[in-house]
Amino acid sequence: MALVLNEEQTMLRDSARGFIGDKAPVAHLRQLRDSKDATGFSRDLWRSFAEMGFSGLLVPEEFGGSGLGCVEAGVVMEEIGRTLMPSPFLATAVLAATALKRGGSAAQKSEHLPKIAEGSLLAALAIDEGSKHRPLQTAMQAVRSGNGFKLNGAKAFVVDGHTADLLIVAARSAGAPGEREGLTLFLVDPRSKGIELERTAMVDSHNAARIVFDNVEVNADGVLGEVDQGGMLLEGVLNIGRGAVASEMVGVSEEVFGRTVSYLKERKQFGKLIGEFQALQHRAAHLYTEIEITRAAVLKALQMLDENVDNAGAAVAVAKARAGTTATLAVQEGVQMHGGMGMTDQFDIGFFMKRARVCQELFGDSNFHADQLARLKNY
Amino acid sequence: MPDTDQFRRDARVWLEANCPPEMRRPMTSDEDTFWGGRNAKFSSEPQRVWFERMRDKGWTVPHWPTEFGGGGLDAEQTKILRQEMAAISARLPLVSFGISMLGPALLKYGTDAQKKEHLPKIAAGLIRWCQGYSEPNAGSDLASLQTRAESDGDDFIINGQKIWTSYANFADWIFCLVRTDASGKKHDGISFILFDMASKGVSTKPILLISGKSPFCETFFDNVRVPKANVIGTVNRGWDVAKYLLQHERAMISGMGERGVGRPLGQVAADSIGADEQGRLDDAMLRGQIASFEVDEAALACAAERAVDLAKAGQAHPAFSSAMKYYGTELNKRRHEILMSAGGIDALEWESERSKQGARPRAWLRTKANSIEGGTSEVMLGIVAKRILDLPGA
Ligand SMILES: Cc1cc2nc3c(=O)[nH]c(=O)nc-3n(C[C@H](O)[C@H](O)[C@H](O)COP(=O)(O)OP(=O)(O)OC[C@H]3O[C@@H](n4cnc5c(N)ncnc54)[C@H](O)[C@@H]3O)c2cc1C
Repeated sequence: MALVLNEEQTMLRDSARGFIGDKAPVAHLRQLRDSKDATGFSRDLWRSFAEMGFSGLLVPEEFGGSGLGCVEAGVVMEEIGRTLMPSPFLATAVLAATALKRGGSAAQKSEHLPKIAEGSLLAALAIDEGSKHRPLQTAMQAVRSGNGFKLNGAKAFVVDGHTADLLIVAARSAGAPGEREGLTLFLVDPRSKGIELERTAMVDSHNAARIVFDNVEVNADGVLGEVDQGGMLLEGVLNIGRGAVASEMVGVSEEVFGRTVSYLKERKQFGKLIGEFQALQHRAAHLYTEIEITRAAVLKALQMLDENVDNAGAAVAVAKARAGTTATLAVQEGVQMHGGMGMTDQFDIGFFMKRARVCQELFGDSNFHADQLARLKNY
Repeated sequence: MPDTDQFRRDARVWLEANCPPEMRRPMTSDEDTFWGGRNAKFSSEPQRVWFERMRDKGWTVPHWPTEFGGGGLDAEQTKILRQEMAAISARLPLVSFGISMLGPALLKYGTDAQKKEHLPKIAAGLIRWCQGYSEPNAGSDLASLQTRAESDGDDFIINGQKIWTSYANFADWIFCLVRTDASGKKHDGISFILFDMASKGVSTKPILLISGKSPFCETFFDNVRVPKANVIGTVNRGWDVAKYLLQHERAMISGMGERGVGRPLGQVAADSIGADEQGRLDDAMLRGQIASFEVDEAALACAAERAVDLAKAGQAHPAFSSAMKYYGTELNKRRHEILMSAGGIDALEWESERSKQGARPRAWLRTKANSIEGGTSEVMLGIVAKRILDLPGA
């Protein structure tokens, strides 16, 4: 497969860019932040997003979606990264849709997937427990009880958890933290007894939740996939999420870079445009190179995920590690080259810096993924 | 798609049957490379066999037209062939400036007669070429070159000095930039010309490098007579040809690190340093450096693949090779710093059988030139800034 977008993917990009750029520029996020909006995103916008077919991108056609792949999801994520539009796309349309599509029973699929496609169901993936992403360290207990399970433990950084109608929760039905075996995924109604949910407004003005589970009962039909065998399923879902977040970071990097290069061409000091200074030219050229290389790595990973290639995991590790480092550099250089302007809240660039920091942590930072690669290569 | 699948299968079978096992190890030194030329030397029998089989198939230059000794493959097939060669670590059968630099320029700017004369000889490794660009006072500022070519009937008479001419002392012919007009702007009076290094008045003097080798020379021209028919493109418009050739040179240099790729760096390091109880390289900081290096290396390989696909799709920026050259060479230097760290004191030996006469430290030192030759990293960044990002000129 060629490492460029094909015609349909390019059309999808253009339509996503048009829609998002028009309906949700950075001002949209700023407005939600300033009004301390309780939802943190616009439900109206999500409805029109769904009407455009974006929420059902990864949902198979038989369940009302368009049955597209990771490359397409990445295309949309990149556009989201360009304007920082807060939306349930990642949590619901990418993560939950993938988890259900891959692990769901016939009943689970036909119950939830059509609703995801039409935009009426919001879902969230609850994985992390500590302050760094360590899925194998999952400690939350799932103890057998009656024909189902009782969940005990706590989750943090559950993206869009505060608005979810459905939680997908990773818990330990066997084994000890650190072990690959013994994980199970559960579909949990967030209104169940024993759940305490706290919305956490994050540095980037997007939302996540902390959730405490105290003897929460789940029926046997709430198990997603197989008991004790959720590790593989989870890893697959996470890898797609990682590819998606990497795409968002490419969008963030590109947008910040574009704004920075424009500024270099308009700001004057010492009687010249600052873009004439070689010290800045070289840094801009370096950043351009980093972004282009990262873009290629991310597209490669997404294509490999779509082709279900064996070593897609390594490609995803490369993509997420690169995207994190590149976005970090892009926002730092962006602020620096804007001088004092870059530090003001009134100016948009800081929003990108904050979002990049969050995307870095989401599903493993650059160090986590470099380490992942080293493990895969056995050293 | 089925056609390309079939091609892949055929290529795999052919390579399996024809690539000698000795040619399936990464090149580690210059001696592993076959350069061709009038005085060509094979370092081993398998090297000869491999070269001849590939040549007969047109696969020293798989993407060139068959009439010029190439394999006539399209871009997709060429990519597949490269992948299949890489999969068995097959060496390049022939490395030459004719293939990677002059050939593309001839294909674009040469007359029919010039193509027929030179391309088949390049493909068959009969003529070894060198590049006469740099001069003592024209390095990064290449267009300041002073070597003069004065008209004398159907000939030019060439006088001047080149420097850093790689392998000038082994080369049969030179592609050379000369000044044919000194009156106008510096880019405007340059011509691109080919001539035989055996011509009267050409002499060379090797220069010793920090790696202890002397891969290049000072080259002197004293009243060298060259037919005007040897000019490629238009007289005084040689800068276009020169720049086009440089794009190919830069693409080649950016890929240089890949050729050396053998075992993953982490494995190489583990061999000399060992592992801790959990099987991790017993030097946590170095392990981290290697891992982040390998992330970047894998990403660069994706970018190289994408560059080819973008070109095929007509979406490539002509100056993108400068970005790749910059990144690829800086990365290759990093690779060799890591190799030196991984080797520790063993990597410091210079003259011993055990160290293959210091192969590792010599290779490490050699890589430092990657970000100088073919245009320095600073010059590459300048090109990206001006041509791709369109930043204002100083
Ligand atoms: C191993 C090797 C092989 C080579 N092979 C050949 C060959 O076969 N044929 C050939 O013709 N040439 C060859 N070269 C020459 C090579 O192309 C030049 O060395 C190179 O272009 C740099 O020129 P210079 O050495 O004169 O350095 P200079 O141009 O003097 O540069 C010195 C320093 O100044 C910096 N600098 C210069 N201009 C600028 C600027 N505008 N902005 C910022 N920084 C700047 C450079 O980046 C460098 O750091 C070879 C060089 C090496 C090292």
